[in-house]
This record gives sequence, structure tokens and C-alpha cells, in this order.
Amino acid sequence: MRDLSATRWHWLAHTQTRNGVVITLLVIALALCGPWLAPHGPTDMLGTVYGAPTAGAWLGYDFLGHDVLSRLLNGGRSVLWMSVAAAAIALLVGSTLGLLAGFSRRRLDQLITWLADVSLAFPDLILVLLIVSMLGRAPWLIVLTVAIAFTPGVIRLARGSAVAVAGQEFVEAAQMMGYSRWRILFREILPNILTPLLVHFGNMLTWGVGMLSGLSFLGYGVAPPTADWGLMINENQAGLLVQPWAVLAPAVLIGIFAYGTNILAEGIGRSSSRIGEKP
Amino acid sequence: MNALAGFAAPDPLSTQVLQVSDLRVELHGQVDVLSGVSFSVQAGEILGLVGESGSGKTTLATALLAHARRGARIVDGRVEVAGQALLTLQGDALRRARGSLIGYVAQDPATALNPALRIGYLLRETLSAHQVQLDRGAQRQRISETLRDVGLPDDPDFLRRFPHQLSGGQQQRVMLALAFVLRPRLIVLDEPTTALDVSTQAHILATLRRLCKSLGVAAVYVSHDLAVIKDLVDRVLVMYAGRIVETASREALFSRPAHPYTRGLLAAIPDVAQRRELAAIAGHAPAPGQRPAGCGFAARCPRRTVACSLAEPALQEVAPGQQVACLDPHRQALQLIASQGSRQVGEVVERPPLLDIQGLNVAYDRQVLFDVSLRVAPGECLALVGESGSGKTSLARAIAGLGENAQGQLYYAGQVLSLAARQREAGTRHQIQYIFQNPYRALNPRQTVLQTLSGPLAHFFGIKGDEARERVAAVLERVSLPASVGALYPHSLSGGERQRVAIARALICQPRLLICDEITSALDVSVQASILALLRQLQAEGLTLLFVTHDLGVVRAIADRVVVLQHGRVVEQGGVDGVLDEPQAGYTRTLLDNSPTLAGG
Repeated sequence: MRDLSATRWHWLAHTQTRNGVVITLLVIALALCGPWLAPHGPTDMLGTVYGAPTAGAWLGYDFLGHDVLSRLLNGGRSVLWMSVAAAAIALLVGSTLGLLAGFSRRRLDQLITWLADVSLAFPDLILVLLIVSMLGRAPWLIVLTVAIAFTPGVIRLARGSAVAVAGQEFVEAAQMMGYSRWRILFREILPNILTPLLVHFGNMLTWGVGMLSGLSFLGYGVAPPTADWGLMINENQAGLLVQPWAVLAPAVLIGIFAYGTNILAEGIGRSSSRIGEKP
Repeated sequence: MNALAGFAAPDPLSTQVLQVSDLRVELHGQVDVLSGVSFSVQAGEILGLVGESGSGKTTLATALLAHARRGARIVDGRVEVAGQALLTLQGDALRRARGSLIGYVAQDPATALNPALRIGYLLRETLSAHQVQLDRGAQRQRISETLRDVGLPDDPDFLRRFPHQLSGGQQQRVMLALAFVLRPRLIVLDEPTTALDVSTQAHILATLRRLCKSLGVAAVYVSHDLAVIKDLVDRVLVMYAGRIVETASREALFSRPAHPYTRGLLAAIPDVAQRRELAAIAGHAPAPGQRPAGCGFAARCPRRTVACSLAEPALQEVAPGQQVACLDPHRQALQLIASQGSRQVGEVVERPPLLDIQGLNVAYDRQVLFDVSLRVAPGECLALVGESGSGKTSLARAIAGLGENAQGQLYYAGQVLSLAARQREAGTRHQIQYIFQNPYRALNPRQTVLQTLSGPLAHFFGIKGDEARERVAAVLERVSLPASVGALYPHSLSGGERQRVAIARALICQPRLLICDEITSALDVSVQASILALLRQLQAEGLTLLFVTHDLGVVRAIADRVVVLQHGRVVEQGGVDGVLDEPQAGYTRTLLDNSPTLAGG
């Protein structure tokens, strides 16, 4: 393999990062292509309640006699797109506000920081539960509330990193040239704080999957009979001892996805922390 | 001196305190950063260890404490301090030897002192870690003696202070006290005065010399600047690319330097006493692992012959006490070429000023500039001189439009100039450019040189695409960089190259006034010489320069006129030769007296 360290793919130079990319992509591919691979429909009643694995149903049957494998292959899309969407919205809104706050360092900074601090005081899950139980459980609403719960963390991270960068001379040079505020924010400062933000994005994906599964588990997320990994854990908990695969399979996939995004994010952080240092 | 009490007089039979032989330090993969280093230091002797960045001087300094930085390994050789073979020691024995046998003073006292611990606690902790037998009374006495020796107060009030409550000079004295309180036989100092003002530096050096002589402590003083150590050291060791290239007594080295590199270094140092032609050394030092065969300096050497690249020259005696690693060493005295004086001051001041500053005040939590008024004539190089806290950087920033708390009037080419860059017209904004002190922070690490340089082109002149690329190549050539640099990110450039890119960013805006804020203070002297030559050339092409510096030697080398600032007020101004030869203000005289110089004895 050629040396990546001098190219724009330098962040892929670590084996760990590559493993993270592969694991994450595999889980995403499974979730995306799953519905076509699934031997049966997710809501087809095929076997006995909590039926054990057989040659025709490798992971057995769930609490209503659905094929667990088919529900597993169908149930990844919702939780993955929702967590990616929520993390992306939080990243977009949060980093813009955080950059603004970190660069302006005046009243705007105080206002944004204060808002972020106040909303951080609410526990995430409680906040989401509150909004979902009041406004309903439409998927876009759930995505939005999870994004709202994530945004203050992004703001604080972006602001803290931006403050350190904004004090450097190349930013002052840009100010002296008379570059516009948005240009300074997005062309001069943002590329320098992208690493912690990307790492945080990876973490948010993990938390998002966890939170969405948790919502489904508590009965506030995706409504049955839709197949969904979180929902599957909730539905089948009663049969955990009889037919553990119905709970374990989705839980393991969520775990693998979390692990993949985590080591990917960590690898990116580790590899690009060296850029910009004195050689 | 009371500090001599309780200190064993050096054994007259073994006055050799430090003995280093065949020391070799390697990086991963048998790449040497230091090789074949042998020398010794006597009790009471001060050895200057001189070299530019990457020469291995700091590696050698830490190797004297049997320490190698991460990634490096001491693979061969002996280091003996007072008869103890240091490299064979491990764990506790090594820890005891460091400190009690060898003291170490780091470069930046502000980061070397733990900010959470009081001065008294730092000293007591150091003592009790190494010399358990001292009781409280003896401890207290030793601490007061040491503090008085290094020129600090020893009252309880001072001992209760935290490092941040002290000035930079006091902090470095505390570092000296921490090293001397254990009465070591050898003390290693790594550029301990680079962060300090010239007058503070002069005091610290005088204190150090007095202490070493009176206590019989051997010292190794690491520095990149020959002028600084001229009055301090007894002997000098010049390093280049991990080798000793010359060692000589102070007198011999400064009057008859034998190695072409030593002569190059000396010729690159600007001098306060007289204006000289500064000669930069062409090229740069080989990186570890890329050493050419033969002499490491051959590629940059004006005297190289075919033989130079065949075998590595060994250290050979050219005169008693002077050894040099060169096949064809210089044998005559060094003649530094004086250049013609600065231009007539009258001529430049008569014309209408390009920049006129009237009644400028700057206040943050305290006022740093008081009613400063000055004029910059077109085409001149005006030096703004002062120590830290004099307000010189605040003044420069206010002119550049970065001063947030400034009040007063600025006129540029007869027009009123706003104090905020954003409110200036684009037409005037590009004419005033600012170059920052630290080349490592002045360039966006996430942008290539091409991106950095083409930004202003598109912004001010709407030039993009191929024409922008041509302009960038042209401006890179103007600052003597190859066009291929355009594709690189700043982290693959050296400090001098980065500063050239920063200058190119200013030049591409087609400025008339260039504000240079201590732009050479982070660079090696030979690099500084080439940057100063570039600035002089730009000035000859019609550029007006405002040069902010604390270094009077640089002022003498480059400026036409000088303004001396103290505590936010102008104390003296005039033509460079007039001010530096016959200073009127007492403060200017103090600055001059404390500035290191190569001239005279």
C-alpha cells in the first residue's frame, strides 16, 4: 500500500481508521440492502412465537412469529438514517453557531453560549421524550428533537476550538485583508477545527442510534409493526431466555455500528492532530 | 560569598567536571542526530554550545543529563560528571544524579515553572527530594543564600508568590536558583534568555558568570546566537548537523574563526556598533538521515573541493586550544565588511509623510500608548524599538487596523485612515500590509501556499485561475522560493520559508507600506540575514517599511530612522547612526549598553 500520509487521504493511513471505515460501511450496506436480501417480508407471520432457529430461519422467530432475520435486515434503515440525519443537522447548526460565537466574542457570544448552557442543563433523553410525547412520533419530528438535543454540545465544542484558532495570526491577517466574516469563519477557521467536529460527529452517530433505540424501546419511537432494531429489542424482551436471538441480533448490530463509528472518529482525530505542527 | 559555606571545594586533582566521549544519539532506524561528540569542561569553566536549529545542540544538552527526547536514543559513548558515568545509571541513582550533580535551566521559564506552586515550595521540594539530611533550619538558610546569590529577595513574602506574579527575568532567576540550590557540579542551560529583554538578559548572564566562577560550577550554555554568549563563555563549541565542527577559546573563535560555517555565522549577525554587509549562508542544513557523504557543510561551503565530499573531516588542531573539522580551514583573522552608512535622513523627512500618526492612545485594562505621534516618510525604513511592554506591537497593530482599543488620528497619504481595518476602503487596505512575528502561526495550516497567496488576489483585484497562478509564481520568485512551494502546506516548510511565504502574501497585495512585527526574532541568524537582505531589496524597489524590533543590531542593519519607545511614550527618535552613536535619552543608552555586540573585547 502506498504511503498516504502526504495526501488528502492522510487520515486513512492508520489501520484502525481503515477498520473503522470498513465496519461502518458494512453495517450501513447491510441496513441499505437488507430489504432486498431478506428472505421474507418483515411483517409476514411465518413460525411459532419465539420459535428456535431452524435451517429456514437462521435466527428463529419473534414474539409474533415473524422471521427475526428478515426483520433484522429490514430494521436498520430507519434507525441509521434517523441518527445520521440528526447528527448532521446538529453538526451543521451547532458548528455555525459555535463558530459565530467563538469568533465574535461579544454579545452574540454571550447569547449563544447562554442558550447552549441552558439547554445542556436538560438531560437529552428527557428533553426528547418531552417533545415527542407532546408533539407526536413522526420520524422527522424525532430526528429534529434528537438534533436539538445534540446541538448544544456541538456549539460548545465548536466555540471552544474556534476561540483558540481565532486568536492566531493568520485569522488576524484575514481580518486585515478585509475578508468577510463568513469567509473567515468557513474558509479560515472551520478547516482548522474540523477534526474535533468530525470526531464528535462520529460520537453523535453512536449516541443517536442509542437514543433512537432507547426511544423505540420505551415505546415513543417508530411505531409497530415497522421493523426497527430498537423496537425489536423492546418487543422481544419477554422472550429473552427462550429465544435470545430476537434481542441479541439487533443489539449486536447496534454495538458493531457504534464501535465502527467510534474507532473511525478516533482514528481521524489521531491522524490529523499532527497536521499543522512543526515538522 | 556566603554560598561557599557548606560546599565542598573542588578537588584540585580532578578539576575536569564533565567528560564526554564519542557520544552518539540516534533516531529510529539508525539515523544519527549526534555523532562522535567528545569534549570536556573544567570546574568553573563556561562552555558555549552554538548552532542553528537542527544542529543537535539541544539533543546534546539533554544527553548530558542522560535523557533523550521521545523517539531518540543514546546508543553509544560516555558522559562522566564528577567521575560518575552517567549513562550507566538507572532509575533512582540517575534521578539522584540529575539535580544534585547536574542542574538544568530550560528555555522558557514561564512554562518550566509549575504555575500552581509557590516559589518557596518549589525550592523546598527540590531540596528535600535530593538532600534529605538537611533539617528545616539548614534548608531555610540554603534557600535564602541561593536566592540572594541569584539576585532575588529572600523575604517570606517573596517565597509565598506564584510564578505568574514574577517578571520574566525574575522567573528565570528562580530557575537559576532551583538549579543552584542543590550545589551541582555542572549546570546545563538551554537558551535561558531568548524569551527575555536585552537588559534583563545582560543581568542574568552577569549573574550566571559570577556564580559559576565563585562556586566553581562548570556550565554548558546552549545558544543559537554567538553575540549573546560572547561576554559569558570561556570556550565555544560550534555544532553543525550533529557534529562538532569547531572548538576554540572565546578569543580565538571570535578573532580567528577557522571553520567556514563559524565564519558564516559570525558574518550573519547584525551588529549594534556598526552597519555591516550581512552575509546569509546559502542553502540549509541537511535533515537527520539526509546527510551527504563527507563533510555535512560541503554543499553550502564556498571553499569546498572534491575531497570534501569523499571523507568526513575529523577535528584537528589548527592552533593551541583550537580544533576544527575542515580540510581547508581559514587561518587568517576574520574581517567583517562595514557597509556604507544609512541614507541621509534629511532627504527622506522633507517629503510629505506616507503615514502620519497623531496623538495615538491605546488602552486595554491599562493604557499602553500615550499620545504617540510619528511620521513615516515614503521609501524609508523606520524602526520602532522598545522592550516588551513598551507598546511597540500595539502601535503597529493600530496602524494595521487591528487595534481594538485605539484612539487618535491616522493619516495615510494625506487621507484620514480609519483605526479599524474593516472600515478602510479596499483601495487603501491592500496598500498597508502586516507581517507577523511568528511564522508558525501566521499561515493557515489547512491551506496550501497557493491558496494562501491567491486569496488576496481574488479579493482585491479579482484575479483568478491561470493569471493568479502566474502572479503567485512571480511573487514566490521575488522572495526567492521555488514555484513548487505553491503546492505545499505550511507544515512542510521551515521557519524561514514560512516567513518568506508570509512576506509573499503581503507583497502580492501590492503594498506601499509594509509593517514588520519582529519578523526575524523566531529565525536563525543566517536565515535572518537573508530575510533582512530581502527587505532591503524591497525597500530599494520603493517600499516603505515600518520595522518593529527589540534588536538594535537589526535596527543598525536595516533602518534609516529609529523611534525608541518606553512605557508607551516616544523617548527618542532620529537617524539611525545619530541615535545609536550618540544616544540622548538615558533609556536608549541602557538599551545600547546591554545589547550584545561582536565588536571590541
